Amino acid sequence: MAGTALRRRLTWQVAKVSAVTAETASVRTLTLDVPDWPGHQAGQHLDIRLTDEDGYVAERSYSIASAPGEPVAITVERLDDGEVSPYLTDELRAGDDLELRGPIGGYFVWEPEDGGPLLLLAGGSGIVPLRSILRHRERAGSTVPVRLLYSSRTLNDVIYRAEFDRPASGVEVIHTLTRNQPPGWSGYARRVDVALLAEVAWPAAAMPLAYVCGPTSFVEAVSQALVQSGYPPERVKTERFGATGGT
Amino acid sequence: MSPVSRGFHRRRQDPAESAGRVPPGQYVTKDFPVLSAGPTPHTALGQWTFSIGRGGQQKTWSWAEFRALPSQDVTVDIHCVTKWSKLDTAWQGVSVDTLLELAGHDGPFAMAHCDGGYTTNLPVPDLTGGKAWVAYAYDGQPLAPEHGGPARLLVPHLYFWKSAKWVRSLELRDTNDPGFWENYGYHIYGDPWREQRYAGD
Amino acid sequence: MEAVDGNAIGGLLHEVFGTEMTDAASVCGSCGAARQVAELVVYLRAPGTVVRCRSCDSVLMVFVKIHDRTCVDLLGLAAFG
Repeated sequence: MAGTALRRRLTWQVAKVSAVTAETASVRTLTLDVPDWPGHQAGQHLDIRLTDEDGYVAERSYSIASAPGEPVAITVERLDDGEVSPYLTDELRAGDDLELRGPIGGYFVWEPEDGGPLLLLAGGSGIVPLRSILRHRERAGSTVPVRLLYSSRTLNDVIYRAEFDRPASGVEVIHTLTRNQPPGWSGYARRVDVALLAEVAWPAAAMPLAYVCGPTSFVEAVSQALVQSGYPPERVKTERFGATGGT
Repeated sequence: MSPVSRGFHRRRQDPAESAGRVPPGQYVTKDFPVLSAGPTPHTALGQWTFSIGRGGQQKTWSWAEFRALPSQDVTVDIHCVTKWSKLDTAWQGVSVDTLLELAGHDGPFAMAHCDGGYTTNLPVPDLTGGKAWVAYAYDGQPLAPEHGGPARLLVPHLYFWKSAKWVRSLELRDTNDPGFWENYGYHIYGDPWREQRYAGD
Repeated sequence: MEAVDGNAIGGLLHEVFGTEMTDAASVCGSCGAARQVAELVVYLRAPGTVVRCRSCDSVLMVFVKIHDRTCVDLLGLAAFG
């Protein structure tokens, strides 16, 4: 099944938006009805193509938020000066068409047989592919232990918050809020650094598998810190969204 | 053409503000997008030099010497090959006419060489006659590294990839050899008014 | 525009080569560094797409969309796939 998903011809097709769900004030999940979807792996993404009446074309990539077997969904953060994201979060509605191609990606993917323990590190909207991995793990009945370290600006920016408040068995979720924290917050309140990882990450001796996703600066800092703390580079997988998280 | 996405449009230009000033296929932006083919170089001003000439015969200025040269304040429209245009951009810099006079060199063509390895080629007549500058200030401030600081070439009558960021020298040549983007398929000259984006246009 | 990585050109590579390439091996023609494509440094809309070695910054691949064609230059690579 996974082999089929990777070896197929990649063509643009028109999907229908079946639902738009608000995750936070600036983040929406678009659930899609894709007529010719071959299935996907957790961690993969798809490319979106928008065309205006003058023939102007804009393309962007978005990670798939849903697990294999669930309806295809992407989660998009609205960037105020973005060209594409405000259209996807504010204009698109259920029933609209959306041109896409996918699934794409053979590196930043996880299957239960890849093992663990898993260390998932998310910066902002970098949580999206990691959430797909978590949902896939649960649906597959995997018992691989997971720690998710999720860095957000504020508690109101945490995406899928309800899900992470009740994580699946074997999953620990650790938040860090870097800009401000609610009264009484006893969790981490700073950017992920070597000291924070020393407290949270699986020890290198456990041979963990790490997935780091988010803005480029987050991924660079965190992946370097992990390697510094003894993680072999080949056990640290990275996906960089760029400064603006994908526009 | 792909199916039209309902309600999607690129940022629209205001026809009133840009009548006759926008080349074909362009739209006006108020932003100043940063495009880059590589990491932003950071050259200390104490190390920075600018040269003009050919082979062993270069005229070179240090930062202090360059800043002491007569400069001009110019306001120009700029046009990027990715289709955005920005009107009334304000720069301060040294005219390439001044640099060529002081260098005492000539040549039909020039190759701009930049920190980070970027290059672009231009005919010398497109660098003279008040058409080009080596600019070190934008909008009244020292030119930011992401926009090409300490100094960049400014040649507004051509697509903006010719306005090479982080410029360090103009090498005069007898042949019009392609620079970085020209080598990968962009137009050897790049006139936005004739929409010369790619080789063969 | 900040750099991303080879994950961002998965679709482009699949379109050009007909198969998934983000986990493919690459070797830099300048310094010999070996990496999977996903871990290379990518500059999108540069105006073209420029892929550089993470170790030495050399240009490995350049993709330019010229009207309806994608032009591909891989001369910076010593090995690919």
